[in-house]
Amino acid sequence: MRRTTRARLAANGALLLTAAAFAIPLAWLLLASVNAEADLRVRIPSSVTADNFDAVLTDEITFTPMLNSLVLCGGATLLTVVCAALAAYPLSRHRSRWGRPYLLTILFTTCLPITAIMVPVYGLFVQVNLIDTMYGTGLFLATSQLPFSIWLMKNFMDGVPVVLEEAAWTDGASNLQTLARVVLPLMGPGVTVVTIYTFIQLWGNFFVPFMLILSPEQLPASVSIFTFFGNYGSVIYGQLAAFSILYSAPVLVLYVLISRRLGGGFALGGAVKG
Amino acid sequence: MSAKRTGLWRWAPIAPATALLLLFLAGPIGYCVWIAFTNTQLTGASGSDFVGLDNFRRAFADDNFRNAVRLTLVFTFISAVIGQNTLGLALAGLMRAASRPVRTVTGTLVITAWVLPEIVAAFLLYTFFRREGTLNALLDWLHLPGQNWLFTLPILAVSFANVWRGTAFSMLIYSAALAEIPRDITEAAEVDGASGPRRVWHITLPMIRRSIGTNLMLNTLSTLSVFGLIWAMTRGGPGNRSQTLPVFMYDQAFLKSLIGYGTAVALLLLLVGSLFSIVYLRLMKVEV
Repeated sequence: MRRTTRARLAANGALLLTAAAFAIPLAWLLLASVNAEADLRVRIPSSVTADNFDAVLTDEITFTPMLNSLVLCGGATLLTVVCAALAAYPLSRHRSRWGRPYLLTILFTTCLPITAIMVPVYGLFVQVNLIDTMYGTGLFLATSQLPFSIWLMKNFMDGVPVVLEEAAWTDGASNLQTLARVVLPLMGPGVTVVTIYTFIQLWGNFFVPFMLILSPEQLPASVSIFTFFGNYGSVIYGQLAAFSILYSAPVLVLYVLISRRLGGGFALGGAVKG
Repeated sequence: MSAKRTGLWRWAPIAPATALLLLFLAGPIGYCVWIAFTNTQLTGASGSDFVGLDNFRRAFADDNFRNAVRLTLVFTFISAVIGQNTLGLALAGLMRAASRPVRTVTGTLVITAWVLPEIVAAFLLYTFFRREGTLNALLDWLHLPGQNWLFTLPILAVSFANVWRGTAFSMLIYSAALAEIPRDITEAAEVDGASGPRRVWHITLPMIRRSIGTNLMLNTLSTLSVFGLIWAMTRGGPGNRSQTLPVFMYDQAFLKSLIGYGTAVALLLLLVGSLFSIVYLRLMKVEV
């Protein structure tokens, strides 16, 4: 008994130390955002103020980039989820000698460093006039998430028993009707997880819009955040922190929503079972 | 009706996804392979002529490229193999012995760092490591000498940032793996008098070795493609002292307008990634 108590104390101590190390940068974010004289250090503000938030809550700084992010990532997420659901259906339901190689290719693609192909993607987009367009960037973003979404969706779909569809088929429903009316409603939580996960990934994506979108008024928040640097020589750190909080809030909230539903390891889906 | 459900027709729903993947993923990869063998430039009159292996020969003779390879290895080794992997395993292990509130607090903080957008994480660690930043303030408080971390040890600073940001993933994987070890096995060893470290070495680690393998592979792959974090913290500098391969690729292709050369570097990165991917698939022995 005494030995386990000592072990528990040691474990608690080590974890709290690590927790502190992880907390310090986050503490800067929270404290600087409400400090009128924020600098680079973590410090308790002499007086708490909402000025930083007031200053960034303008069309130009916050609303337009956030709206761009929403349109870009929302559109891409919708496209990803629809395509993934459609693709996962035959992969989950029908046997064919192409199914397995297709899935292996998909899984292989999820592991590729997408960063590496951004230079050719840029070149290609210039040639086909997709550069600096929201829909072009959205199409690429959707595709980049597609392999993992198909994989995740297929694993969720495998959990829905086929018996229920057979009943619908005998009633004369087509494949797509069965998918929409029987399978997807039964895997509601799975679809939600794929949707939210895809959206979180895209919301935080920096490199793709950084490369493919050029006009400042189209930039999403992940790239527009750089305007806090440079323009006037000095950085207003309090405002940078306030903006970072506003920009991060949606994904933090969404993450809480899915992690409650499926436990911490959800993101690993079927892809990472050791 | 039933004819529609047989044969090729029932595979039709797979078409939109396949079209997207071919157009926007396979397309660029194929284009990548082509451009890497040409001397395409962003500006200037020179078109794109086939130059064979020139770009690759040039890369292997280029000190800056070799520097980028070296830094990528250092970055990946320190942050993914040592940092994320070991710290993630340690955290998962300690959590099993710790009390519940401590477990919740630590887990929440580590996962928050992971869920934050890449660029926000980069700024947070940037302020932490700057000369006027929190790290030096802490060291000062402990009466230790501070320094300009982003200037003296840039690759170490970005590696630490990547550990801060990426450890949650390993922690989650290892928590799941450790939870699957049957309790009676560890208890039996305890009864036999095996000490803590010996139990870990002879029982726990061998039992989760497949998780270790997959986790190492995935950490390595995601670390190979880190760009935003390094770009926002150091821009690959000072000089080229934190210029890993993705940053080098961007620098050559866009700032120096050498698209062909930059793409050749990208292709090498892609090849290394594919190699890891294949090993990963074999290691997992995927059942599809």
